[in-house]
Amino acid sequence: MPLVPQRAPEQSDCGLVASLDNVRNLSTVLKAIHFRDHATCFATKNGIKVTVENAKCVQANAFIQAGIFQEFKVQEEPVTFRINLTVLLDCLSIFGSNPVPGNLTALRMCYQGYGYPLMLFLEEGGVVTVCKISTQEPEETLDFDFCSTNVVNKIILQSEGLREAFSELDMTSEVLQITMSPDKPYFRLSTFGNAGSSHLDYPKDSDLMESFHCNQTQVNRYKISLLKPSTKALVLSCKVSVRTDNRGFLSLQYMIRNEDGQVCFVEYYCCPDEEPPESES
Amino acid sequence: MKCLVAGGNVKVLGKAVHSLSRIGDELYLEPLEDGLSLRTVNSSRSAYACFLFSPLFFQLYQAATPGQDPPRCKILMKSFLSVFRSPVMLEKTVEKCCISINERSSRLVVQLHCKYGVRKTHNLSFQDCESLQAVFDPASCPHVLRAPAKVLGEAVLPFPPALAEVTLGIGRGRRVILRSYQDEEADSTVKAMVTEMSIGEEDFQQLQAQEGVAITFCLKEFRGLLSFAESANLSLSIHFDTPGRPAIFAISDCLLDGHFVLATLSDPPPNSQDLLSLEARRPAPQLQAHSTPHLDDFASDDIDSYMIAMETTVGSESSRTLPSTSLSPGLQPLCHSEEEEEDEAEAELSTVPGTPPAQEVPLPVLWLHPGPRTLPAAPQPRAG
Repeated sequence: MPLVPQRAPEQSDCGLVASLDNVRNLSTVLKAIHFRDHATCFATKNGIKVTVENAKCVQANAFIQAGIFQEFKVQEEPVTFRINLTVLLDCLSIFGSNPVPGNLTALRMCYQGYGYPLMLFLEEGGVVTVCKISTQEPEETLDFDFCSTNVVNKIILQSEGLREAFSELDMTSEVLQITMSPDKPYFRLSTFGNAGSSHLDYPKDSDLMESFHCNQTQVNRYKISLLKPSTKALVLSCKVSVRTDNRGFLSLQYMIRNEDGQVCFVEYYCCPDEEPPESES
Repeated sequence: MKCLVAGGNVKVLGKAVHSLSRIGDELYLEPLEDGLSLRTVNSSRSAYACFLFSPLFFQLYQAATPGQDPPRCKILMKSFLSVFRSPVMLEKTVEKCCISINERSSRLVVQLHCKYGVRKTHNLSFQDCESLQAVFDPASCPHVLRAPAKVLGEAVLPFPPALAEVTLGIGRGRRVILRSYQDEEADSTVKAMVTEMSIGEEDFQQLQAQEGVAITFCLKEFRGLLSFAESANLSLSIHFDTPGRPAIFAISDCLLDGHFVLATLSDPPPNSQDLLSLEARRPAPQLQAHSTPHLDDFASDDIDSYMIAMETTVGSESSRTLPSTSLSPGLQPLCHSEEEEEDEAEAELSTVPGTPPAQEVPLPVLWLHPGPRTLPAAPQPRAG
């Protein structure tokens, strides 16, 4: 088979063109939501939103705004497609996932439109890799209807304070119970496992607490298996905002600072488990 | 019962729990007048460990509510360990640890007061239990070794992680020898190599044992105590008797003491493992040319402290006949080891005493009196 040089399609026929000097600025944020194989991508002139869902109960969104890219063009918005996120991440780290100082992988990404593959041109030290990833029919994503006007309680924490808590969650417990309250215990994470219960309390005047706005006491339970994947976003982030609305829906927003000091956001929504029974002390 | 541990002592407590977790699945916690005792025993009852933290170790120590008997509780090791999971975290973030018993809800409450005012509360379920007490007396052991834990810790470092047992003995020139013990049933990858460390007498603070004595015990538990003793910068004493009698590993300072009682194999190690046997096996001068390392060469060498003598032998049954046999057929009786059907580790580690194996082959002087098979440190429940 003759080797045909791969060329980027003409810019004019592309629904989406984006280029990036440091591919890690994209791959890091995508790793934060990589808990299922498939993701839906949604591009507008403001940037790309990548969505991953599980069990119709949890949704993670990564927002990569246009400003992160050195070049970002969308012909006809919105551009929507579904893609295998595992494959995409493997391709993005094709030159190795550990950074070598002073050795950046550059990326140019093109998507011609419905039915076409996503083309990736990755270049490092003069070596170019071309990847074509098949795209799939976009699926409708869940609408959690989480609206900031319905938010009852909201706190912003330094991620450092939650990181250890999430990595050490007692996974023999089926649920993670989150208590948010204007009074003691203010912010409490509880698990009820085989060995007994554990509570983790954060006082509202703690140095970890950036802001604390709780209006009423809410005790909600969430499936621990659904929340555990958010640890991936937590470890990459510097701050996290925890919000609950009047239905007990949970929103976790993570602020992730990339290697160039720019800020991206990753958001997890989770719906609550059934009404909490009489809680154990 | 209520006790409060502060500062660096939280990490010490955590490390102690880690070393206990190498032994048993259940932890016996008993507040005594002379301190808080943490004990465990392994499922085959061949290893027992206890730590006693003196009241001085705590910022506050209250063994029992006045007018009540001190409680005794048994908890799952795993759940207690999860409280102290990460020693780094304990050191960096935990400022205080409070252990108490909530009589009303029958929970052992462990509260960690962390940096930034964060408070972790673990309510662990427990069972009432009888006191766990092993019967042992270090004073009755004729042989004693004592060295800084660091010396022993570095000496066991080269042993493969999968190695189950190690032989400790006194070799020529009163050098202390640690050698990997080869189980008959071990797979060939483990058997392919013997690792031996030899430590000079000068590294020991006490060495009260004559040349030729040796015991074989489990390495995993020993490593557990060593890592604790190393982190606390303590000396470790090893009290032992004849093979088959339990060996007692002890550490002590003014705030705590710890005792690990481990079963030792009652079968003498096979000939190929004798600490003095290399010399005994070489009556013919031409054997000196053989490439097997000569222990004496190492012992008289001036490389200080630790040395590794490695002999590489093929582990298969057919080649277990030692090289000397093929080199000088006339000498076979001394170095023969094939007929010896040993039922060592398994049999001894279970509490069922076996019968000593028939030993038709003349053994080196060292092993003429194999110790009786005794039950190692059988822990006996104390009533009340």
